[in-house]
Amino acid sequence: MKLTTTISKFDGGLTLVAYKHLSTGSAISCMEECKEYVLPLQQHIGAISQPLVKPGDRVLKGQMLAKPGDLVSAAVHSPVSGTVKDITAHDVPHISGLQDKCIIIENDFRDEWVEREPLGESYNQSTSHDLRKIIRDAGIVGLGGAVFPSSVKQTEINIRTLILNGVECEPYITCDDVLMRERAEEILSGADIIGHIIKARQCIIAIEDNKPEAISAMQAAIDKDGTGFFHIQVIPTVYPSGGEKQLIKIITNKEVPKGHFPAEIDVLCHNVATAYAIYRTIYFAEPLISRIATVTGHGVVQPQNIEVLIGTPMSACIQHCGGYSEDCDELIMGGPMMGFSLDTDNMPVVKATNCLLVTAKAENTHRQKHLPCIRCGKCVEVCPVRLLPQQLYWYASSKNTERLLEHNLFDCIECGCCAYVCPSDIPLVQYYRFAKTTIWQQERERRSSDIARQRHEAHQQRLEKQKQEREERLRQKRELLKSKTGDNESDDKSSKQAAIAEAVARAQAKKAEQSKNKSDK
Amino acid sequence: MFTVIITLAIIASLFGIILAYSAIRFKVEGDPVVDQIDALLPQTQCGQCTYPGCRPYAEAIANGEADINQCPPGGEVTIMALADLLDVEFKPLNAEHGEEKTLPTIVRIDEQTCIGCTLCIQACPVDAILGAAKQMHTVIEKECTGCNLCIPPCPVDCIHIFEVNPTVRSWVAEFPEADSAAPLAG
Repeated sequence: MKLTTTISKFDGGLTLVAYKHLSTGSAISCMEECKEYVLPLQQHIGAISQPLVKPGDRVLKGQMLAKPGDLVSAAVHSPVSGTVKDITAHDVPHISGLQDKCIIIENDFRDEWVEREPLGESYNQSTSHDLRKIIRDAGIVGLGGAVFPSSVKQTEINIRTLILNGVECEPYITCDDVLMRERAEEILSGADIIGHIIKARQCIIAIEDNKPEAISAMQAAIDKDGTGFFHIQVIPTVYPSGGEKQLIKIITNKEVPKGHFPAEIDVLCHNVATAYAIYRTIYFAEPLISRIATVTGHGVVQPQNIEVLIGTPMSACIQHCGGYSEDCDELIMGGPMMGFSLDTDNMPVVKATNCLLVTAKAENTHRQKHLPCIRCGKCVEVCPVRLLPQQLYWYASSKNTERLLEHNLFDCIECGCCAYVCPSDIPLVQYYRFAKTTIWQQERERRSSDIARQRHEAHQQRLEKQKQEREERLRQKRELLKSKTGDNESDDKSSKQAAIAEAVARAQAKKAEQSKNKSDK
Repeated sequence: MFTVIITLAIIASLFGIILAYSAIRFKVEGDPVVDQIDALLPQTQCGQCTYPGCRPYAEAIANGEADINQCPPGGEVTIMALADLLDVEFKPLNAEHGEEKTLPTIVRIDEQTCIGCTLCIQACPVDAILGAAKQMHTVIEKECTGCNLCIPPCPVDCIHIFEVNPTVRSWVAEFPEADSAAPLAG
């Protein structure tokens, strides 16, 4: 029943040693509950979430702790029942290594759920709008690693093709692979829901050919479903086929234009884990409070996939997998290509945590400092976005914003292919990240200086207006005095005396009244 | 001979009329160079350049009265942008006017000490201080440009400078280290 449409390919890319076997040996194992959960308010792309609770509040499992801060934002939910211990800055898995605002929940181990009303099968009687709202309220974001709010992607317009991304092209990571092996039917139910929302006519499930078990499990589920809505598309194992735009090119042979969304070429792409999370939300009214994460690498004793509550300390996950091995070196969140190293394991698993990779010392072959570029052009050959990595490198080094933008710096997906093949070991992606964040910073500064200019102009205008008003008042007063007194000093005196006499009369009248009151009593 | 002179005279007067008309029709309000310079300045209105605000400084640069390296809040980036715009040589910040901050700053009012004198409100160039006479004042931190102009007038020294640390949302990645100091010329 395999679909025999020809598939396309994107330029560049790499074939990498996958090391996937490390963590696929055992079934998904469930993490035991911890005492404390740390939930960062920013686990997604977009605006930071706004907390709805305060320290000391009792919260239930699945209760919304923070609401989306803007249209592109996501809600955060409590993974357990307990109390809000604090809302404070805490270490978070972010490439900057900085702290961010987190809600800390103390578990009471009572496992009390918030009141739930699952839609179940009857979801197909709900409108797309209502379902999108439910998905938004459940805090669901793309679980492939990009963490873009899912409901925002599911636009109002109808989209013909839904692509389920089960590619998982990065080495070591196997969480989507095992999810497809073990929960294929649930993934299809989730895809059905998305298909209902966007009125899709077909759903293509893309899986790399190095996952035969996942392919057969998904195929079995599709055969059971029997509606003809789903098709599997097996694609060759090339990194980074799992990138949204790369995958769309492979499947449809269409390129998403720069600055546009896939919906504009009639395609919507969701990760299989996102489809699974949507299934949990619609069928069990369970918001996104857990995910499957791969804990792997030669630096962990028992690499495996775990089902883990969002907010669980990473140290607990590593402990669950037998702890660190003796020659462990570096803790990385994400894969070896796009992941970033963490200074501590005292930070929570977040929605983006698809993998915790612990490398062994022997694996670290990169030099500390890099050699000069020799212009070999290898980076150009492997770039999946057809950029000119070495040109971008020169311009990033010389901080030439204009040229960087001309060379489409912001189309770079930071896949790391260029840095991987570079014979001089130039950390190219770091240069691009430096350039991107610097340009964002300049943009922010420009915006705030524009506001400051407006406020200063308003300030000047206000001062000018006040000055004029004061002068006007003074002028009026002078005129008034002139007309009253007729420029005569004695007149002035007599008017003053008259005023005094009036005041004396008023005081006497008052006194008389008071004494009268007294005598009345 | 005559025809040539007459023809040239007619052409000359024709062009004269066109030029005179376009000078009136396309007259540019204000000075666009000043606007362009002003757009590059950080708008803190701090006066460290010795001019009473960013726009007066921009005017002074445009008239050739001031140098491009007198703006500490803008720092190297602003000087480079100004050098680019005016096509002059880059020069390092003039230390007489102050030092470039490593981190942006804002001020906060110690509300326990504030006596509500309104002097800081009058000093703030961007109306970022809220309060009234004999009422406690407070700084609207989002609007504070870090110019510190409110500090000298305060009679009770209750305004303090705070650095704004980067967050995960405003973080800027470090420049990677190379073995060679700079890459080969591109």
